[in-house]
Amino acid sequence: MSGSSATTPGREATSAPGLLRLRGIRRSYGEKLVLDGVDLDVDAHEVVALVGASGSGKSTLLRTINLLETIDDGVILLDGEDVSDPRVNADRVRARIGVVFQHYNLFPHLSVLDNVTLAARLVHRMPRATAEAKALELLDSVGLAEFAKAFPDRLSGGQQQRVAIVRAIATGPELLLLDEVTSALDPELVGEVLALVRSLAERGTTIVMATHEMAFAREVADRVVFLDAGRIIEDAPAREFFAAPREARTREFLARFLRA
Amino acid sequence: MVAESTKAGASRGPTDLGASGASNEPAWRPSDLELSRRTFRRKQTRRSVLISAVSTIVFAALLLWAVAGSPGWAKVRESFFDPEVALASLPRILEGLWLNIQVLMVAAIGVVIVALLLASMRTLRGPVYFPLRALAAGYTDLFRGMPLIIVLYLVGYGIPGLDFFPRVPVAVWGTIALILTYSAYVSEVFRAGIEAVHPSQRLAARSLGLGHGQTMRRVVLPQALRKVTPALMNDFVAMQKDVGLISVLGAMDAVRAAQIETAHYFNFTPYVVAGLLFVLLAWPMIRLTDWLSARMRVREQGGSIV
Repeated sequence: MSGSSATTPGREATSAPGLLRLRGIRRSYGEKLVLDGVDLDVDAHEVVALVGASGSGKSTLLRTINLLETIDDGVILLDGEDVSDPRVNADRVRARIGVVFQHYNLFPHLSVLDNVTLAARLVHRMPRATAEAKALELLDSVGLAEFAKAFPDRLSGGQQQRVAIVRAIATGPELLLLDEVTSALDPELVGEVLALVRSLAERGTTIVMATHEMAFAREVADRVVFLDAGRIIEDAPAREFFAAPREARTREFLARFLRA
Repeated sequence: MVAESTKAGASRGPTDLGASGASNEPAWRPSDLELSRRTFRRKQTRRSVLISAVSTIVFAALLLWAVAGSPGWAKVRESFFDPEVALASLPRILEGLWLNIQVLMVAAIGVVIVALLLASMRTLRGPVYFPLRALAAGYTDLFRGMPLIIVLYLVGYGIPGLDFFPRVPVAVWGTIALILTYSAYVSEVFRAGIEAVHPSQRLAARSLGLGHGQTMRRVVLPQALRKVTPALMNDFVAMQKDVGLISVLGAMDAVRAAQIETAHYFNFTPYVVAGLLFVLLAWPMIRLTDWLSARMRVREQGGSIV
Protein backbone atom coordinates (compact mmCIF):
# COMPACT_ATOMS: atom_id res chain seq x y z
CA MET A 1 0.00 0.00 0.00
CA SER A 2 2.53 2.52 1.18
CA GLY A 3 4.89 1.36 -1.59
CA SER A 4 2.39 2.11 -4.35
CA SER A 5 1.50 5.50 -2.97
CA ALA A 6 5.19 6.34 -2.86
CA THR A 7 5.78 5.47 -6.50
CA THR A 8 2.61 6.89 -8.00
CA PRO A 9 3.53 10.58 -7.76
CA GLY A 10 6.88 9.91 -9.43
CA ARG A 11 5.17 8.15 -12.31
CA GLU A 12 2.67 10.89 -12.78
CA ALA A 13 5.37 13.51 -12.91
CA THR A 14 7.07 11.87 -15.88
CA SER A 15 4.06 10.45 -17.70
CA ALA A 16 2.42 13.69 -18.69
CA PRO A 17 1.16 13.63 -22.29
CA GLY A 18 2.85 11.41 -24.80
CA LEU A 19 2.93 7.64 -24.90
CA LEU A 20 6.40 7.73 -26.36
CA ARG A 21 8.94 10.45 -25.76
CA LEU A 22 12.41 10.48 -27.26
CA ARG A 23 14.98 13.00 -26.09
CA GLY A 24 18.38 13.53 -27.69
CA ILE A 25 18.69 10.03 -29.17
CA ARG A 26 22.18 9.50 -30.54
CA ARG A 27 23.54 6.42 -32.22
CA SER A 28 26.63 5.84 -34.33
CA TYR A 29 28.10 2.81 -36.06
CA GLY A 30 31.81 3.38 -35.60
CA GLU A 31 32.59 6.63 -37.41
CA LYS A 32 29.16 6.98 -38.97
CA LEU A 33 26.65 8.98 -36.97
CA VAL A 34 23.19 7.53 -37.73
CA LEU A 35 21.01 9.34 -35.20
CA ASP A 36 22.17 12.80 -34.23
CA GLY A 37 20.07 13.97 -31.30
CA VAL A 38 16.50 13.00 -32.17
CA ASP A 39 13.57 14.40 -30.14
CA LEU A 40 10.16 12.95 -30.87
CA ASP A 41 6.81 12.77 -29.06
CA VAL A 42 4.03 10.38 -29.95
CA ASP A 43 0.67 10.61 -28.20
CA ALA A 44 -1.60 7.65 -27.66
CA HIS A 45 -3.81 6.94 -30.73
CA GLU A 46 -1.55 9.06 -32.90
CA VAL A 47 -0.16 7.90 -36.26
CA VAL A 48 3.27 9.29 -37.06
CA ALA A 49 5.00 8.72 -40.40
CA LEU A 50 8.79 8.85 -40.60
CA VAL A 51 9.94 9.84 -44.07
CA GLY A 52 13.36 10.48 -45.52
CA ALA A 53 15.87 9.06 -47.97
CA SER A 54 17.41 5.62 -47.48
CA GLY A 55 20.07 5.84 -44.78
CA SER A 56 18.48 8.85 -43.10
CA GLY A 57 18.06 6.85 -39.88
CA LYS A 58 14.36 5.87 -40.02
CA SER A 59 14.87 2.16 -39.46
CA THR A 60 17.55 2.70 -36.82
CA LEU A 61 15.22 5.02 -34.95
CA LEU A 62 12.47 2.39 -34.95
CA ARG A 63 14.87 -0.27 -33.73
CA THR A 64 16.12 1.92 -30.89
CA ILE A 65 12.54 2.52 -29.72
CA ASN A 66 12.09 -1.23 -29.49
CA LEU A 67 15.47 -1.64 -27.74
CA LEU A 68 16.67 -3.90 -30.54
CA GLU A 69 19.51 -1.45 -30.82
CA THR A 70 21.45 0.30 -28.04
CA ILE A 71 21.75 4.08 -27.98
CA ASP A 72 24.89 6.11 -27.33
CA ASP A 73 22.99 8.90 -25.61
CA GLY A 74 19.48 10.16 -24.93
CA VAL A 75 16.35 8.98 -23.16
CA ILE A 76 13.43 6.82 -24.32
CA LEU A 77 10.28 7.20 -22.25
CA LEU A 78 7.49 4.70 -22.85
CA ASP A 79 4.37 5.69 -20.97
CA GLY A 80 6.56 7.69 -18.60
CA GLU A 81 9.00 4.87 -17.89
CA ASP A 82 12.64 5.34 -18.87
CA VAL A 83 13.11 2.16 -20.90
CA SER A 84 16.62 3.18 -21.98
CA ASP A 85 17.76 2.50 -18.41
CA PRO A 86 19.98 -0.60 -18.54
CA ARG A 87 18.26 -1.95 -15.43
CA VAL A 88 15.00 -2.25 -17.36
CA ASN A 89 14.15 -5.73 -18.62
CA ALA A 90 14.28 -5.24 -22.38
CA ASP A 91 12.20 -8.34 -23.12
CA ARG A 92 9.35 -6.93 -21.07
CA VAL A 93 9.52 -3.63 -22.96
CA ARG A 94 9.62 -5.33 -26.36
CA ALA A 95 6.56 -7.36 -25.39
CA ARG A 96 4.66 -4.06 -25.09
CA ILE A 97 5.63 -2.90 -28.58
CA GLY A 98 4.66 -4.55 -31.86
CA VAL A 99 7.06 -4.46 -34.81
CA VAL A 100 6.50 -5.28 -38.46
CA PHE A 101 9.54 -5.59 -40.71
CA GLN A 102 10.08 -4.89 -44.36
CA HIS A 103 10.72 -8.58 -45.11
CA TYR A 104 7.87 -9.90 -42.90
CA ASN A 105 10.27 -12.21 -40.98
CA LEU A 106 7.58 -14.80 -40.36
CA PHE A 107 8.85 -18.02 -38.80
CA PRO A 108 8.95 -20.48 -41.72
CA HIS A 109 8.81 -23.58 -39.52
CA LEU A 110 5.59 -22.53 -37.80
CA SER A 111 2.08 -22.40 -39.20
CA VAL A 112 0.38 -19.03 -39.61
CA LEU A 113 -1.60 -19.67 -36.43
CA ASP A 114 1.53 -20.61 -34.44
CA ASN A 115 3.31 -17.53 -35.76
CA VAL A 116 0.49 -15.36 -34.46
CA THR A 117 0.11 -17.10 -31.09
CA LEU A 118 3.79 -17.66 -30.24
CA ALA A 119 4.28 -14.48 -28.22
CA ALA A 120 0.90 -14.78 -26.50
CA ARG A 121 1.72 -18.29 -25.34
CA LEU A 122 5.40 -17.87 -24.44
CA VAL A 123 5.64 -14.27 -23.31
CA HIS A 124 2.15 -13.48 -22.03
CA ARG A 125 1.54 -17.02 -20.71
CA MET A 126 -1.86 -17.23 -22.33
CA PRO A 127 -3.39 -20.73 -22.55
CA ARG A 128 -3.11 -22.14 -26.06
CA ALA A 129 -6.87 -22.34 -26.60
CA THR A 130 -7.43 -18.71 -25.63
CA ALA A 131 -4.52 -17.51 -27.73
CA GLU A 132 -5.70 -19.48 -30.74
CA ALA A 133 -9.29 -18.31 -30.46
CA LYS A 134 -8.10 -14.72 -30.36
CA ALA A 135 -5.66 -15.26 -33.22
CA LEU A 136 -8.33 -16.86 -35.39
CA GLU A 137 -10.63 -13.94 -34.74
CA LEU A 138 -7.90 -11.51 -35.83
CA LEU A 139 -6.98 -13.58 -38.88
CA ASP A 140 -10.64 -13.71 -39.81
CA SER A 141 -10.93 -9.94 -39.54
CA VAL A 142 -8.17 -9.55 -42.14
CA GLY A 143 -9.59 -12.32 -44.34
CA LEU A 144 -6.81 -14.83 -43.68
CA ALA A 145 -8.56 -17.35 -41.44
CA GLU A 146 -8.44 -19.99 -44.16
CA PHE A 147 -4.64 -19.92 -44.02
CA ALA A 148 -4.41 -20.51 -40.26
CA LYS A 149 -3.00 -24.02 -40.67
CA ALA A 150 -0.85 -23.14 -43.70
CA PHE A 151 2.85 -22.43 -43.57
CA PRO A 152 4.13 -18.99 -44.55
CA ASP A 153 5.75 -20.15 -47.80
CA ARG A 154 2.32 -20.97 -49.23
CA LEU A 155 1.25 -17.31 -48.94
CA SER A 156 1.82 -14.37 -51.24
CA GLY A 157 3.99 -11.48 -50.08
CA GLY A 158 0.97 -9.34 -49.25
CA GLN A 159 -0.65 -12.15 -47.29
CA GLN A 160 2.58 -12.82 -45.40
CA GLN A 161 2.91 -9.18 -44.48
CA ARG A 162 -0.68 -9.09 -43.26
CA VAL A 163 0.04 -12.13 -41.10
CA ALA A 164 3.13 -10.32 -39.78
CA ILE A 165 0.95 -7.35 -38.84
CA VAL A 166 -1.56 -9.64 -37.12
CA ARG A 167 1.33 -11.29 -35.28
CA ALA A 168 2.53 -7.89 -34.10
CA ILE A 169 -0.88 -6.79 -32.78
CA ALA A 170 -2.02 -10.16 -31.43
CA THR A 171 -0.87 -9.38 -27.89
CA GLY A 172 -2.40 -5.92 -27.87
CA PRO A 173 0.76 -3.80 -27.83
CA GLU A 174 0.65 -0.18 -26.70
CA LEU A 175 2.61 0.93 -29.74
CA LEU A 176 3.02 -0.45 -33.24
CA LEU A 177 6.21 0.15 -35.23
CA LEU A 178 6.07 -0.40 -38.99
CA ASP A 179 9.39 -0.47 -40.84
CA GLU A 180 8.71 0.11 -44.56
CA VAL A 181 6.17 -2.67 -44.58
CA THR A 182 5.35 -2.35 -48.26
CA SER A 183 8.86 -1.86 -49.67
CA ALA A 184 9.46 -5.53 -50.43
CA LEU A 185 6.05 -6.09 -52.04
CA ASP A 186 5.06 -6.26 -55.68
CA PRO A 187 3.08 -3.13 -56.59
CA GLU A 188 -0.23 -4.98 -56.91
CA LEU A 189 0.11 -6.32 -53.34
CA VAL A 190 0.81 -2.99 -51.66
CA GLY A 191 -2.86 -2.02 -51.46
CA GLU A 192 -4.06 -4.88 -49.26
CA VAL A 193 -1.33 -4.18 -46.69
CA LEU A 194 -1.97 -0.43 -46.63
CA ALA A 195 -5.69 -1.08 -46.23
CA LEU A 196 -4.96 -3.12 -43.10
CA VAL A 197 -2.70 -0.40 -41.68
CA ARG A 198 -5.41 2.18 -42.42
CA SER A 199 -8.03 0.17 -40.54
CA LEU A 200 -5.66 -0.18 -37.57
CA ALA A 201 -5.14 3.57 -37.57
CA GLU A 202 -8.88 4.15 -37.68
CA ARG A 203 -9.33 1.87 -34.68
CA GLY A 204 -7.01 4.11 -32.68
CA THR A 205 -3.79 2.08 -32.73
CA THR A 206 -0.73 4.19 -31.93
CA ILE A 207 1.58 3.78 -34.91
CA VAL A 208 5.05 4.98 -35.83
CA MET A 209 5.84 4.00 -39.40
CA ALA A 210 8.83 4.47 -41.63
CA THR A 211 7.52 4.68 -45.17
CA HIS A 212 8.20 5.65 -48.76
CA GLU A 213 4.49 5.78 -49.58
CA MET A 214 3.95 9.54 -49.53
CA ALA A 215 0.32 9.39 -50.61
CA PHE A 216 -0.41 6.92 -47.85
CA ALA A 217 1.43 9.01 -45.25
CA ARG A 218 -0.61 12.05 -46.28
CA GLU A 219 -3.85 10.13 -46.00
CA VAL A 220 -3.35 8.12 -42.82
CA ALA A 221 -0.71 9.86 -40.69
CA ASP A 222 -1.59 12.58 -38.20
CA ARG A 223 1.95 13.85 -38.31
CA VAL A 224 4.82 13.48 -40.69
CA VAL A 225 8.42 13.61 -39.50
CA PHE A 226 11.17 14.20 -42.04
CA LEU A 227 14.59 12.77 -41.18
CA ASP A 228 17.80 13.69 -42.94
CA ALA A 229 21.26 12.44 -41.93
CA GLY A 230 20.02 11.36 -38.51
CA ARG A 231 18.29 14.63 -37.59
CA ILE A 232 14.65 15.62 -37.60
CA ILE A 233 14.39 18.41 -40.13
CA GLU A 234 10.65 18.91 -40.02
CA ASP A 235 7.85 17.62 -37.82
CA ALA A 236 4.41 18.84 -38.88
CA PRO A 237 0.75 17.78 -39.22
CA ALA A 238 0.43 15.65 -42.34
CA ARG A 239 -1.64 18.11 -44.35
CA GLU A 240 0.69 20.98 -43.57
CA PHE A 241 3.78 18.89 -44.25
CA PHE A 242 2.76 18.14 -47.82
CA ALA A 243 0.91 21.36 -48.61
CA ALA A 244 3.37 23.87 -47.16
CA PRO A 245 6.69 22.39 -46.06
CA ARG A 246 8.66 24.95 -44.09
CA GLU A 247 12.18 23.68 -44.67
CA ALA A 248 14.07 23.90 -47.94
CA ARG A 249 15.41 20.35 -47.54
CA THR A 250 11.90 19.00 -47.08
CA ARG A 251 10.78 20.71 -50.28
CA GLU A 252 13.76 19.27 -52.10
CA PHE A 253 12.99 15.78 -50.80
CA LEU A 254 9.30 16.00 -51.66
CA ALA A 255 10.05 17.35 -55.12
CA ARG A 256 12.34 14.43 -55.83
CA PHE A 257 9.79 11.96 -54.50
CA LEU A 258 6.78 13.33 -56.30
CA ARG A 259 8.63 13.44 -59.58
CA ALA A 260 9.75 9.79 -59.23
CA MET B 1 26.07 -48.33 -59.95
CA VAL B 2 26.96 -46.30 -63.00
CA ALA B 3 24.00 -47.69 -64.85
CA GLU B 4 21.62 -46.86 -62.06
CA SER B 5 22.53 -43.20 -61.77
CA THR B 6 22.48 -42.56 -65.51
CA LYS B 7 19.07 -44.11 -65.83
CA ALA B 8 17.58 -42.11 -62.98
CA GLY B 9 18.99 -38.85 -64.29
CA ALA B 10 17.88 -39.31 -67.85
CA SER B 11 14.39 -40.61 -67.20
CA ARG B 12 13.32 -37.70 -65.01
CA GLY B 13 12.93 -35.10 -67.75
CA PRO B 14 10.54 -36.64 -70.29
CA THR B 15 8.32 -38.58 -67.87
CA ASP B 16 7.77 -35.60 -65.59
CA LEU B 17 6.86 -33.42 -68.52
CA GLY B 18 4.30 -35.92 -69.78
CA ALA B 19 2.79 -36.51 -66.35
CA SER B 20 2.26 -32.87 -65.45
CA GLY B 21 0.89 -32.03 -68.90
CA ALA B 22 -1.60 -34.87 -68.78
CA SER B 23 -2.94 -34.08 -65.33
CA ASN B 24 -3.37 -30.36 -65.93
CA GLU B 25 -5.02 -30.44 -69.34
CA PRO B 26 -6.50 -33.64 -70.68
CA ALA B 27 -7.17 -32.05 -74.05
CA TRP B 28 -3.53 -31.26 -74.66
CA ARG B 29 -1.61 -33.51 -77.09
CA PRO B 30 2.13 -33.18 -77.47
CA SER B 31 3.23 -31.62 -80.74
CA ASP B 32 5.14 -33.62 -83.34
CA LEU B 33 8.25 -31.70 -82.42
CA GLU B 34 7.88 -32.71 -78.78
CA LEU B 35 7.22 -36.33 -79.77
CA SER B 36 10.36 -36.44 -81.89
CA ARG B 37 12.33 -34.97 -78.97
CA ARG B 38 11.01 -37.68 -76.68
CA THR B 39 11.91 -40.41 -79.14
CA PHE B 40 15.41 -38.99 -79.29
CA ARG B 41 15.71 -38.81 -75.50
CA ARG B 42 14.44 -42.36 -75.09
CA LYS B 43 16.96 -43.60 -77.62
CA GLN B 44 19.73 -41.76 -75.82
CA THR B 45 18.70 -43.13 -72.43
CA ARG B 46 18.66 -46.69 -73.81
CA ARG B 47 22.13 -46.19 -75.22
CA SER B 48 23.61 -44.84 -71.96
CA VAL B 49 22.05 -47.64 -69.94
CA LEU B 50 23.47 -50.22 -72.29
CA ILE B 51 26.95 -48.70 -72.24
CA SER B 52 27.10 -48.44 -68.45
CA ALA B 53 25.71 -51.95 -67.95
CA VAL B 54 28.29 -53.44 -70.28
CA SER B 55 31.16 -51.49 -68.70
CA THR B 56 30.08 -52.52 -65.19
CA ILE B 57 29.92 -56.18 -66.13
CA VAL B 58 33.29 -56.06 -67.88
CA PHE B 59 34.89 -54.31 -64.93
CA ALA B 60 33.46 -56.78 -62.40
CA ALA B 61 34.58 -59.72 -64.51
CA LEU B 62 38.11 -58.34 -64.79
CA LEU B 63 38.30 -57.77 -61.04
CA LEU B 64 37.01 -61.26 -60.28
CA TRP B 65 39.42 -62.81 -62.76
CA ALA B 66 42.36 -60.86 -61.28
CA VAL B 67 41.57 -61.80 -57.70
CA ALA B 68 40.63 -65.41 -58.34
CA GLY B 69 43.58 -65.85 -60.64
CA SER B 70 46.10 -64.54 -58.11
CA PRO B 71 48.55 -67.11 -56.78
CA GLY B 72 47.40 -66.79 -53.14
CA TRP B 73 43.64 -66.78 -53.74
CA ALA B 74 43.04 -70.33 -52.59
CA LYS B 75 44.67 -69.59 -49.24
CA VAL B 76 42.92 -66.26 -48.76
CA ARG B 77 39.54 -67.79 -49.55
CA GLU B 78 40.17 -70.49 -47.01
CA SER B 79 41.15 -68.15 -44.17
CA PHE B 80 38.78 -65.23 -44.85
CA PHE B 81 35.70 -66.72 -46.51
CA ASP B 82 35.13 -70.05 -44.81
CA PRO B 83 31.35 -70.58 -44.70
CA GLU B 84 31.53 -73.10 -41.87
CA VAL B 85 33.52 -70.80 -39.63
CA ALA B 86 31.19 -67.94 -40.55
CA LEU B 87 28.14 -69.90 -39.47
CA ALA B 88 29.76 -71.19 -36.30
CA SER B 89 30.94 -67.75 -35.16
CA LEU B 90 27.75 -65.91 -36.05
CA PRO B 91 25.82 -66.37 -32.74
CA ARG B 92 28.64 -65.03 -30.59
CA ILE B 93 29.23 -62.08 -32.91
CA LEU B 94 25.52 -61.26 -32.99
CA GLU B 95 25.48 -61.31 -29.23
CA GLY B 96 28.37 -58.84 -29.27
CA LEU B 97 26.62 -56.69 -31.85
CA TRP B 98 23.69 -56.26 -29.47
CA LEU B 99 26.10 -54.54 -27.04
CA ASN B 100 27.27 -52.28 -29.89
CA ILE B 101 23.68 -51.32 -30.64
CA GLN B 102 22.96 -50.50 -26.98
CA VAL B 103 26.12 -48.40 -26.72
CA LEU B 104 25.25 -46.68 -29.99
CA MET B 105 21.76 -45.70 -28.86
CA VAL B 106 22.88 -44.34 -25.49
CA ALA B 107 25.86 -42.54 -27.06
CA ALA B 108 23.67 -40.98 -29.79
CA ILE B 109 21.32 -39.49 -27.20
CA GLY B 110 24.25 -38.31 -25.07
CA VAL B 111 25.97 -36.76 -28.08
CA VAL B 112 22.88 -34.77 -29.08
CA ILE B 113 22.43 -33.37 -25.56
CA VAL B 114 26.09 -32.48 -24.98
CA ALA B 115 26.51 -31.10 -28.51
CA LEU B 116 23.42 -28.90 -28.19
CA LEU B 117 24.75 -27.51 -24.91
CA LEU B 118 28.17 -26.85 -26.43
CA ALA B 119 26.73 -25.20 -29.53
CA SER B 120 24.43 -22.99 -27.46
CA MET B 121 27.36 -21.99 -25.26
CA ARG B 122 29.42 -21.02 -28.28
CA THR B 123 26.70 -18.80 -29.68
CA LEU B 124 26.26 -16.77 -26.47
CA ARG B 125 27.12 -13.11 -26.96
CA GLY B 126 28.56 -10.62 -24.53
CA PRO B 127 31.67 -10.47 -22.35
CA VAL B 128 29.89 -12.06 -19.37
CA TYR B 129 29.78 -15.37 -21.17
CA PHE B 130 33.45 -15.42 -22.15
CA PRO B 131 34.35 -18.28 -19.77
CA LEU B 132 31.52 -20.47 -21.12
CA ARG B 133 32.43 -19.68 -24.72
CA ALA B 134 36.12 -20.37 -24.07
CA LEU B 135 35.30 -23.63 -22.29
CA ALA B 136 33.15 -24.82 -25.19
CA ALA B 137 35.76 -23.77 -27.74
CA GLY B 138 38.55 -25.49 -25.81
CA TYR B 139 36.49 -28.65 -25.49
CA THR B 140 35.71 -28.89 -29.20
CA ASP B 141 39.33 -28.15 -30.12
CA LEU B 142 40.61 -30.83 -27.77
CA PHE B 143 38.25 -33.62 -28.72
CA ARG B 144 38.20 -32.95 -32.42
CA GLY B 145 41.97 -33.16 -32.39
CA MET B 146 42.41 -36.25 -30.24
CA PRO B 147 42.12 -39.70 -31.86
CA LEU B 148 39.10 -41.60 -30.54
CA ILE B 149 41.22 -44.60 -29.60
CA ILE B 150 43.35 -42.47 -27.28
CA VAL B 151 40.24 -40.97 -25.68
CA LEU B 152 39.02 -44.54 -25.18
CA TYR B 153 42.25 -45.57 -23.46
CA LEU B 154 42.37 -42.47 -21.27
CA VAL B 155 38.72 -42.72 -20.20
CA GLY B 156 38.57 -46.51 -20.08
CA TYR B 157 41.73 -47.04 -18.06
CA GLY B 158 42.26 -43.63 -16.47
CA ILE B 159 38.94 -42.92 -14.77
CA PRO B 160 38.51 -46.43 -13.30
CA GLY B 161 42.03 -45.97 -11.93
CA LEU B 162 40.71 -43.21 -9.70
CA ASP B 163 38.71 -45.89 -7.86
CA PHE B 164 35.76 -43.54 -7.43
CA PHE B 165 33.45 -45.80 -9.37
CA PRO B 166 34.36 -49.46 -8.88
CA ARG B 167 32.54 -52.13 -10.90
CA VAL B 168 31.36 -49.89 -13.72
CA PRO B 169 31.31 -52.03 -16.89
CA VAL B 170 33.89 -51.05 -19.54
CA ALA B 171 31.11 -50.52 -22.07
CA VAL B 172 29.99 -47.52 -20.02
CA TRP B 173 33.45 -45.96 -20.23
CA GLY B 174 33.47 -46.69 -23.94
CA THR B 175 30.12 -44.93 -24.30
CA ILE B 176 31.42 -41.90 -22.41
CA ALA B 177 34.51 -41.73 -24.61
CA LEU B 178 32.32 -41.87 -27.73
CA ILE B 179 30.12 -39.08 -26.37
CA LEU B 180 33.15 -36.93 -25.56
CA THR B 181 34.61 -37.25 -29.05
CA TYR B 182 31.45 -37.15 -31.14
CA SER B 183 29.76 -34.31 -29.25
CA ALA B 184 32.73 -32.13 -30.24
CA TYR B 185 32.06 -32.84 -33.93
CA VAL B 186 28.30 -32.67 -33.71
CA SER B 187 28.40 -29.38 -31.78
CA GLU B 188 30.19 -27.84 -34.76
CA VAL B 189 27.44 -29.12 -37.04
CA PHE B 190 24.80 -27.60 -34.76
CA ARG B 191 26.73 -24.34 -34.61
CA ALA B 192 26.88 -24.15 -38.40
CA GLY B 193 23.12 -24.73 -38.48
CA ILE B 194 22.43 -22.07 -35.85
CA GLU B 195 24.54 -19.56 -37.73
CA ALA B 196 22.78 -20.43 -41.00
CA VAL B 197 19.45 -19.20 -39.60
CA HIS B 198 19.07 -15.62 -40.79
CA PRO B 199 19.57 -13.00 -38.03
CA SER B 200 16.23 -11.42 -38.97
CA GLN B 201 14.52 -14.48 -37.48
CA ARG B 202 16.16 -13.79 -34.14
CA LEU B 203 15.24 -10.13 -34.49
CA ALA B 204 11.59 -10.95 -35.11
CA ALA B 205 11.44 -13.30 -32.13
CA ARG B 206 13.13 -10.88 -29.76
CA SER B 207 10.90 -8.03 -30.90
CA LEU B 208 7.89 -10.13 -29.87
CA GLY B 209 9.33 -10.16 -26.36
CA LEU B 210 10.78 -13.69 -26.43
CA GLY B 211 13.94 -14.03 -24.35
CA HIS B 212 17.28 -15.34 -25.59
CA GLY B 213 16.54 -18.90 -24.47
CA GLN B 214 12.99 -18.93 -25.84
CA THR B 215 14.22 -17.54 -29.16
CA MET B 216 16.86 -20.24 -29.31
CA ARG B 217 14.52 -23.12 -28.44
CA ARG B 218 11.42 -22.10 -30.36
CA VAL B 219 12.73 -20.21 -33.37
CA VAL B 220 16.44 -20.75 -34.09
CA LEU B 221 17.07 -24.41 -33.18
CA PRO B 222 14.05 -25.89 -35.01
CA GLN B 223 15.19 -24.18 -38.21
CA ALA B 224 18.86 -25.00 -37.60
CA LEU B 225 18.13 -28.71 -37.07
CA ARG B 226 16.28 -28.92 -40.35
CA LYS B 227 19.24 -27.43 -42.16
CA VAL B 228 21.80 -29.83 -40.69
CA THR B 229 19.83 -33.09 -40.58
CA PRO B 230 21.80 -34.79 -43.40
CA ALA B 231 25.11 -33.80 -41.81
CA LEU B 232 23.94 -35.10 -38.43
CA MET B 233 22.86 -38.39 -39.90
CA ASN B 234 26.23 -38.71 -41.56
CA ASP B 235 27.93 -38.32 -38.19
CA PHE B 236 25.58 -40.95 -36.80
CA VAL B 237 26.67 -43.36 -39.52
CA ALA B 238 30.31 -42.64 -38.67
CA MET B 239 29.62 -43.32 -35.00
CA GLN B 240 27.80 -46.52 -35.87
CA LYS B 241 31.03 -48.13 -36.97
CA ASP B 242 33.22 -46.45 -34.36
CA VAL B 243 31.28 -48.20 -31.58
CA GLY B 244 33.33 -51.23 -32.62
CA LEU B 245 36.37 -49.55 -31.09
CA ILE B 246 35.08 -50.10 -27.53
CA SER B 247 36.51 -53.62 -27.97
CA VAL B 248 39.97 -52.20 -27.21
CA LEU B 249 38.79 -51.81 -23.62
CA GLY B 250 37.81 -55.46 -23.51
CA ALA B 251 34.06 -54.88 -23.87
CA MET B 252 32.41 -58.03 -25.26
CA ASP B 253 31.14 -56.43 -28.45
CA ALA B 254 30.98 -57.76 -32.00
CA VAL B 255 34.61 -56.95 -32.78
CA ARG B 256 35.89 -58.50 -29.56
CA ALA B 257 33.73 -61.59 -30.18
CA ALA B 258 35.13 -61.85 -33.69
CA GLN B 259 38.64 -61.58 -32.28
CA ILE B 260 38.03 -64.48 -29.90
CA GLU B 261 36.41 -66.61 -32.60
CA THR B 262 39.30 -65.85 -34.93
CA ALA B 263 41.78 -67.07 -32.33
CA HIS B 264 39.65 -70.16 -31.72
CA TYR B 265 39.37 -71.27 -35.35
CA PHE B 266 42.74 -69.91 -36.56
CA ASN B 267 40.71 -68.26 -39.30
CA PHE B 268 39.92 -64.61 -40.14
CA THR B 269 36.35 -65.23 -41.36
CA PRO B 270 34.74 -63.95 -38.10
CA TYR B 271 36.20 -60.49 -38.81
CA VAL B 272 34.58 -60.49 -42.24
CA VAL B 273 31.30 -61.56 -40.65
CA ALA B 274 31.50 -58.78 -38.06
CA GLY B 275 32.42 -56.23 -40.76
CA LEU B 276 29.44 -57.24 -42.90
CA LEU B 277 27.14 -57.04 -39.88
CA PHE B 278 28.30 -53.48 -39.23
CA VAL B 279 27.63 -52.58 -42.86
CA LEU B 280 24.15 -54.11 -42.61
CA LEU B 281 23.52 -52.12 -39.43
CA ALA B 282 24.60 -48.85 -41.01
CA TRP B 283 23.03 -49.39 -44.39
CA PRO B 284 19.43 -48.21 -43.73
CA MET B 285 20.75 -45.01 -42.18
CA ILE B 286 23.15 -44.43 -45.08
CA ARG B 287 20.33 -44.83 -47.61
CA LEU B 288 18.02 -42.60 -45.56
CA THR B 289 20.69 -39.89 -45.38
CA ASP B 290 21.26 -40.02 -49.12
CA TRP B 291 17.55 -39.94 -49.85
CA LEU B 292 16.98 -37.02 -47.52
CA SER B 293 19.81 -34.90 -48.91
CA ALA B 294 18.70 -35.70 -52.45
CA ARG B 295 15.17 -34.59 -51.59
CA MET B 296 16.42 -31.37 -50.05
CA ARG B 297 18.57 -30.71 -53.12
CA VAL B 298 15.62 -31.26 -55.46
CA ARG B 299 13.51 -28.86 -53.38
CA GLU B 300 16.15 -26.17 -53.40
CA GLN B 301 16.84 -26.27 -57.11
CA GLY B 302 13.11 -25.91 -57.62
CA GLY B 303 12.51 -27.82 -60.84
CA SER B 304 15.71 -26.93 -62.68
CA ILE B 305 17.82 -29.87 -63.80
CA VAL B 306 21.34 -28.54 -63.32
